[in-house]
Amino acid sequence: MPGKLKAKIVAGRHLPVMDRASDLTDAFVEVKFGNTTFKTDVYPKSLNPQWNSEWFKFEVDDEDLQDEPLQITVLDHDTYSANDAIGKVYIDIDPLLCTEAASVISGWFPIYDTIHGIRGEINVLVKVELFNDLNRFRQSSCGVKFFCTTSIPRGYRAATVHGFVEELVVNEDPEYQWIDRIRTPRASNEARQRLISLMSGELQRKIGLKVLEMGGNAVVGYLQCFDLEGESGLVVRAIGTACSLEKLSSGSILNTHTHPNTAPASNACNSPSKDGKESPLAHGCRSTHNSPVHSACSSQRLSQNFSISVPTLIFTGMGSGGSAGKEAGPLKTLLRQQTQTALEQREFPFFTLTSFPSAFLLHVGGVVNARSVKLLDRIHNPDEPETRDAWWEEIRQEIKSHAKALGCHAVVGYSESTSICEEVCILSASGTAAILNHRYMREGCLDIGSTDHRFEEPSPPTCGFCHIPYDELNMPFPAQLTYCYHCRRQKVPDVLFTTIDLPAEAAVTGKGCHIQARLCRLKKKAQGEVNATAISNLLPFMEYELHTQLMNKLKLRSMNALFGLRIQISVGENMLLGLASATGVYLTALPAPGGIQIAGKTPGDPSNEQHILTIQKRINDAIAKNKELYQINPPELTEEGVGSPIPEPRQRSRLFRSHSESSDELSELDLSHGKKDAFVLEIDDTDAVEDIHSLLTDANPPIGFYSCNTETMPGIYNWTSGIQMFTSVRILRLSNTNLTNQGLNKIFTDLCENLLKSFYFKLRSMVPCCLCHLNFTVAVPEEELIQVAVTAVAMTFDKDQTQEKLAEKLIPKGGSDTDEQLQFPLELCADSSNSQPSSKISGVPESTNISSRAASVDYGSFADRCSTWLELLRLKAHTIRRGSVKTSRRTQSLAHSVSSLEHSSPLPEGRSRSLRSSRSFGGSSVTVVKMTPLSFLPGTRIIKYLGIINMFFIRETTSLREEGGVSGFLHSFIAEVFAMVRAHVAALGGNAVVSYSMQDCVLMENPNKNQAQCLINVSGDAVICVRESDQDSLASTTTIGHSCSSTTDVTT
Amino acid sequence: MSVELDVFVGNTTIMDEEVYQLWLDGYTVTDAVKVRMEGGVLDECEANADVVLSDTMDQYRTFHMCERLLHSPAKLANQLLYQITPHRQTILIERYYAFDDGFVREVLGKKLSKGTKKDLDDISAKTGVTLKSCRRQFDNFKRVFKVVEELKGPLVENIRHHFLLSDKLAKDYAAIVFFANNRFETGKRKLQYLTFQDFAFCAGQLINNWTVGAVAGPDSFVDNMVEDMDVDLDKEFLQELKELKILITDKDLLDQHKSLVCTALRGKTKTFNEMEANFKNLSRGLVNIAAKLTNTKDVRDFFIDLVEKFIEPCRSDRWTAADMKLYLTHYTNSVHILDTFKHQIVWDRYMGVIKSCIFKMYHD
Repeated sequence: MPGKLKAKIVAGRHLPVMDRASDLTDAFVEVKFGNTTFKTDVYPKSLNPQWNSEWFKFEVDDEDLQDEPLQITVLDHDTYSANDAIGKVYIDIDPLLCTEAASVISGWFPIYDTIHGIRGEINVLVKVELFNDLNRFRQSSCGVKFFCTTSIPRGYRAATVHGFVEELVVNEDPEYQWIDRIRTPRASNEARQRLISLMSGELQRKIGLKVLEMGGNAVVGYLQCFDLEGESGLVVRAIGTACSLEKLSSGSILNTHTHPNTAPASNACNSPSKDGKESPLAHGCRSTHNSPVHSACSSQRLSQNFSISVPTLIFTGMGSGGSAGKEAGPLKTLLRQQTQTALEQREFPFFTLTSFPSAFLLHVGGVVNARSVKLLDRIHNPDEPETRDAWWEEIRQEIKSHAKALGCHAVVGYSESTSICEEVCILSASGTAAILNHRYMREGCLDIGSTDHRFEEPSPPTCGFCHIPYDELNMPFPAQLTYCYHCRRQKVPDVLFTTIDLPAEAAVTGKGCHIQARLCRLKKKAQGEVNATAISNLLPFMEYELHTQLMNKLKLRSMNALFGLRIQISVGENMLLGLASATGVYLTALPAPGGIQIAGKTPGDPSNEQHILTIQKRINDAIAKNKELYQINPPELTEEGVGSPIPEPRQRSRLFRSHSESSDELSELDLSHGKKDAFVLEIDDTDAVEDIHSLLTDANPPIGFYSCNTETMPGIYNWTSGIQMFTSVRILRLSNTNLTNQGLNKIFTDLCENLLKSFYFKLRSMVPCCLCHLNFTVAVPEEELIQVAVTAVAMTFDKDQTQEKLAEKLIPKGGSDTDEQLQFPLELCADSSNSQPSSKISGVPESTNISSRAASVDYGSFADRCSTWLELLRLKAHTIRRGSVKTSRRTQSLAHSVSSLEHSSPLPEGRSRSLRSSRSFGGSSVTVVKMTPLSFLPGTRIIKYLGIINMFFIRETTSLREEGGVSGFLHSFIAEVFAMVRAHVAALGGNAVVSYSMQDCVLMENPNKNQAQCLINVSGDAVICVRESDQDSLASTTTIGHSCSSTTDVTT
Repeated sequence: MSVELDVFVGNTTIMDEEVYQLWLDGYTVTDAVKVRMEGGVLDECEANADVVLSDTMDQYRTFHMCERLLHSPAKLANQLLYQITPHRQTILIERYYAFDDGFVREVLGKKLSKGTKKDLDDISAKTGVTLKSCRRQFDNFKRVFKVVEELKGPLVENIRHHFLLSDKLAKDYAAIVFFANNRFETGKRKLQYLTFQDFAFCAGQLINNWTVGAVAGPDSFVDNMVEDMDVDLDKEFLQELKELKILITDKDLLDQHKSLVCTALRGKTKTFNEMEANFKNLSRGLVNIAAKLTNTKDVRDFFIDLVEKFIEPCRSDRWTAADMKLYLTHYTNSVHILDTFKHQIVWDRYMGVIKSCIFKMYHD
């Protein structure tokens, strides 16, 4: 009996009218956990009942505590007929099982009904008492912390990163059971919600066990997904990265802010005082692109378990030469061996993280990607989900071998996804092949002491990750390699694609931008194996085209690297949709991208010639314009500059001979050099014309806007506190039945572009701002429907400060030589532990102070007195005044309204008591809960992680028209989901959700029957955060507030 | 190809004030889009017509869903569904309850019943306010009326606390409720020149001086909390007003009063002769109004009587506003010197209101 769960039902408010006669409700509550149920008394005739129940106690195993949710049902008592359900609240008590997370759940929860939506609120108090568990064979994994965040959570330090954990559980979908024919939609929806809640609890527990086995205490980058396989069942699967986390003492959140504020190391390069560099006028890097897709249809097992694996693999930034600089050579090999052995012990050296502690990531190879088409089959035995396991195993093996081919021993930024249409399922996995620092792998190596640094490779972290990890000589693909434009010591590829976030210390020129490739391919309708084969035949071509589009768009923007690349392929009955999103940047370390050259097939024709010329001009203009827009002015160094046009291969190899063992190879690689910098597009058919058009029709964001799909925008460092998270869904019906691929492409492209335009327009009041973590999800919910769902956050930044900061930065950094730069991030990580005490002293009292204010949302106080309410209002008003960016006018009017209210507050008590329904607007107010898909909130620091939020909701309606059609239906459902997430976070004592994401949004409609159903799955990390600016008064932390993390970190 | 579904939901509910106003004004989505585009919204952010349409639909949907909450504004502050900053909430409520002076002028003093609601299309046609907006405004009046009708305590405070309105708006609503309750006639042609604000001012005067709540005074009302204390006129007071009749029925008193007033006015105004000539008429008019107020019917005609019996004669004699002020001041104060007149308190309570009402109403 290792745990006691206690729940208390306090009160309800805003309940719906259940008794038409009296316009009131006789409400009571059932509290259920496992098989035990308690009931409160009936609170008669009230829409705001005060139950104030006793503590209901459940004595349970901790295994159940992890799996089961607390289920609260609000009902209307009916003397003569059955009691009517008003709605339910499911409370995941997992956060209470962790000592470091929340200690109590207390607050107002929306009462949710799958048919009617939110119907009032209920105030609940939940506590857990855990006893010591002496059972050695325990099944629970209480105490393992889960984070959705795909980086080491702020305020923690990764002592060891253990590696990949995965698990999946399967079950029959209640919606497809025979009993569903006789039960109500409500009962069916609730059965499904409950089952999924149970399954994800079980999944989390099992993953926790694996983590404990590995010796870890946390899962970072936890990603849970549902596969609604219809008839064949319901799969809940999750992946994550097991870590041993150590909490940094509460005051020392120095590096919490690194991300948004990290100084652009690029400045160092931009600085003119830096000498000894070659002229990057060397736009000499041509890339006639080698077909990047290597596809082979393999392993067709045509048994009842039909499966086609489509191993596609994108190598970008191919190159050669893992050989290091002279001095570093032997050491590097040694390091690599160590790391390799550490990693090879693991089955899958995968990491779901997308950003890493500094010095963790040594080299990045490129994106690895695997897909496989499967035919679904009924899951016969839910307890042994072997087939699904085997499928994923296959794919992971493939990914692993791809990574090996790139000379890498690990895959970072790893993720998995599925797309299901009827019985066909595409499984996809992708990640970035990389070489990692062994330090974090070794167990017991908690100390990031300075001694370790000596073993560090001499590649500066600003460019080190760009250096190729694979062997120059054994490269399976021809590629263009050059010496790193930053350190000049090692080879880098001409282009780099990755699925991770831009490393904080990376050197970047200019700003980044959101780049998207979109593609539609028609497909014949078919069944079974024929269908699966058709799909798998199409996949390689789609990948290839998406890749080409990305490449073209990247070059058009004059950039040379992609981060956060995510390629989705969605399958529908008669088409496949492909969407690749990424954030393009200009990495200072990589060569400047070449232009795009247009070539015609028939050179003789003068009119054609003319046409080509105009297109060429338009493209060149676009490139020039983009360069200006994204401020891409790569450092042009004078020495070898203008006169000698290109760093001629010979010359260069001579120059670096002393440093490099393999420079002789260089001349071979530069074979195509004579052709100069063209990425040639041939206009030989309509396809190419389409390509060029789509290339040029992509609109840049309007002035004042930037966008990216990564955590932060490269080139923007000074976020202000304005933030707006949003979800937008658009569905297009294709009425035209005879669509061509081109027509479809255009429609799909317009859909995405228009969505972006809508966002810019809606958020125009936030300018200057950046849309971060733009996450597009495409689906083909039905024949002739295309659905695009987007979740992103808009964040404001201070335009003026940018310049100041850059200037500030340039001064200290400009003069510094490479050595200093090199050490500096290392110091940074060493410092994170050293500097704790100093800042702790100053930080602690203030932060507790703030947190208590932030978290003190007095839900309980039903103050009847208006004065309290006014007090709160005034407090809030105050908050706004501090928080908002540019509301001097508004603030005035607000101040006015407040003062007018203030006026009324000195009311004699009697008078205010006389207000009959004062209770309905009692003293409670609602906590503001911020939500963001990012792992941080600008201008604040996270002082506590309260646990993972993982919620699944179903909403159904049989009065679609009355609810405003599908748009009205989904609009209110999404708003309800947000509200429930916020309420749960607030009840945990939090004021924000970070790393929020909407994994699923499945909408089914039947307008003829006036019906619709929608499933939404969301997750994120509940946190308490405090405003950074609140610390301004403290001298030591002021600098952090302004925070150019690197400089300040060193000084503090 | 058609857009089947298009939604945008922010964690903090996004509301454009311009679109909100268009929605409140009862524009259809199509019209609102037209207005916005003409207003130059396309120049912002490189938008196009589709974008504006999509945005407008989204906003309209949001407002529509919030409307339920706006019906009991106190709920807006502690509901969980929409995260709206308090500042925004204040704007939403204030604007939702704002009304067109033209519209309110039409329904002022009418019974807020279904019958009146049926006439809204006529009013809409007459005032140029869209029917939808008329309905919202009418329903607002009715809602406020219904809620405060059952409440004890001061009218303006009740409205302000229940509907979280600004001081100004709460007072206006108090006027509307007061007029609707007492069914004051405001629609006659002779009253057409008066604006809503004129009436609202007068209503304020009446509420503050002639109701039950007014007698209790601001400090002592705790003890005698009465229902409708601010909505119904003080019956006792109305009864006492009959006593004022002596000022016109007693010949001596009337003459004495006249001579006192005339002495004071002589030489101070150009219209002295007209004042002197009309004194008895005017005085009779005002005192008769007072004496008849016990009749509900005459209460309804209060404003029309004031205009017919007092304002119109003065206007035809071309009194200036200053003349009016001078005259009424002396007319009121002179009564204090009349030894035989015993109803000074009632007189002051009556004339205080009459004086300020007439000042307000005496314009073109």
